[in-house]
Amino acid sequence: MAEIVLQVSDLCKSFGGVLATDHLDLGVERGSIHAVIGPNGAGKTTLINQLSGLLTSDGGKIQFNRNDITKLSAPIRAKMGLARTFQITSVFGEFTALENVSLAVQAHDGHSFKLWHDARRDKALTGPALEALTIVGLEKRQSIKASLMSHGERRQLEIAMALATKPKMLLLDEPMAGMGPEESNRMVSILSELKGTVTILLIEHDMGAVFSLADKITVLVYGGEIATGTPDQIRANPEVRSAYLGDEDFES
Amino acid sequence: MGNRAQILIVGTIFLGLALVPLFAELTQTPFYLDLARRMMILAIGALSLNLIMGYGGLISFGHAAYIGIGAYTVGICAEHELVSGFIQWPLAILVSGVFAIIFGLISLRTRGVYFIMITLALAQMMYFLGVSLDRYGGDDGLPLIERSNFGALVDISNNVTLYFIVLGALVLSLFFCKRLINSRFGMVLQGTRSNETRMKTIGFPTLRYQLTAFVIAGMMAGFAGALLANHTDFINPDMMHWTRSGDLIIMVLLGGMGSLAGPVVGALAFILLEELLSGVTEYWQLIFGPFLILVVLFARGGLLGFFADKEQRDG
Repeated sequence: MAEIVLQVSDLCKSFGGVLATDHLDLGVERGSIHAVIGPNGAGKTTLINQLSGLLTSDGGKIQFNRNDITKLSAPIRAKMGLARTFQITSVFGEFTALENVSLAVQAHDGHSFKLWHDARRDKALTGPALEALTIVGLEKRQSIKASLMSHGERRQLEIAMALATKPKMLLLDEPMAGMGPEESNRMVSILSELKGTVTILLIEHDMGAVFSLADKITVLVYGGEIATGTPDQIRANPEVRSAYLGDEDFES
Repeated sequence: MGNRAQILIVGTIFLGLALVPLFAELTQTPFYLDLARRMMILAIGALSLNLIMGYGGLISFGHAAYIGIGAYTVGICAEHELVSGFIQWPLAILVSGVFAIIFGLISLRTRGVYFIMITLALAQMMYFLGVSLDRYGGDDGLPLIERSNFGALVDISNNVTLYFIVLGALVLSLFFCKRLINSRFGMVLQGTRSNETRMKTIGFPTLRYQLTAFVIAGMMAGFAGALLANHTDFINPDMMHWTRSGDLIIMVLLGGMGSLAGPVVGALAFILLEELLSGVTEYWQLIFGPFLILVVLFARGGLLGFFADKEQRDG
């Protein structure tokens, strides 16, 4: 059995009386794409916020590369190699694509108290940044301001920023959200290229993408896990089918 | 930023400033020397505020406190016959920095309106501290017996010499800000203004960068305060009053928040309008207020942005 990179045990989070994460257990194997699916309100984004450190957990434990990270802050988790993207595109609008990614490189390489030298001419930043942009196919758009890019491009830019921090694991919160079919296909091919080089936890509503990319799928309903398995196992699971009853995406 | 029209405008301004002493001498109007010197000192204060407000997104409503702390450091030193500028000025910067660390650690725990209110409250605290310092003039303030003494190097008791020292300080401050905002540190600061959550999730502990910027801005303002004490030959608590902090915010907004030279243009325009309008009517703020509203509404990027962009269109 492959090594577990991210181990979540008995994780809980409630908002008022609502259990958004209900005693969740989850293990993600190194190099795999592990998808988490579930109907709206199942607690998927809450889970990513807990994993990335934006939300503190009420109970349970998160281990990343065998280190207990449950109580660590978001920046420290990011430095340890746990990168994420956001469901609502989260880039720096007034910066160019290259500047956006350079900033992410800078976060990783650790020298941000340089107060004098021009960061935009710093090859140690722009070099790796351009590499990350090339991976997502945005190298020709490097000097365009992020706010002027198309929605799909900004989603790609977000992936490039996450990659530029040299992550050991990516937490992707609906990378295909709001995309047209063409942009979605492009994202699927970017993610399948990444497969194996970096471990990915993928939250996604696009079932076509999930079933073609994922090695393993966990189904969440009301914050709790109802099934985990290979795409084939999940497809055949009657409980999952009833949770998704009437969801035509799932039939396909 | 840095487009040709802006460079042209700023270059013209500095050329004009350099010619003020000559003009004042020829027309026998030392008043203009005094006016332009005050403009430039407040421009340094506005530049420092713009670092945290324009580039850091942190609206400090208490920035005049650091100008006051710098001025009081010089005044108190002079009162105790410590007149060497080589000690007074670095000390003014240092003391402002120490206060900025403490106030920054307190106020940066909050954001938005709360940040504005806490910086305001802390600055008012300094104002009342000044009022209560009977030993140093209390409410009435304290005359500076002697300007900072730089020995044989330079004699700033001469008004024109002090003028050029202030002009030089402004140019250096502008250059310093330019380097700072384009550095790695400056990128982190601007990224945090844009999206703090995103910065945290790519691995930046944002607080320490914001605090550093807050302290640098405080030290720069403290330096402006040391200049101001020498300029007015006087220190008083009014320098730290919250309306002075408001003036600095208005200067930044007027000139162009988050543009490099905007605060310089803003400080100049503010002092000039104050001078012109208060000559016309006692209620000059009745005219200034609507003007400011028009600038904020219709000239995003302030006066500098407005004129620079316009020239670009024409060209």
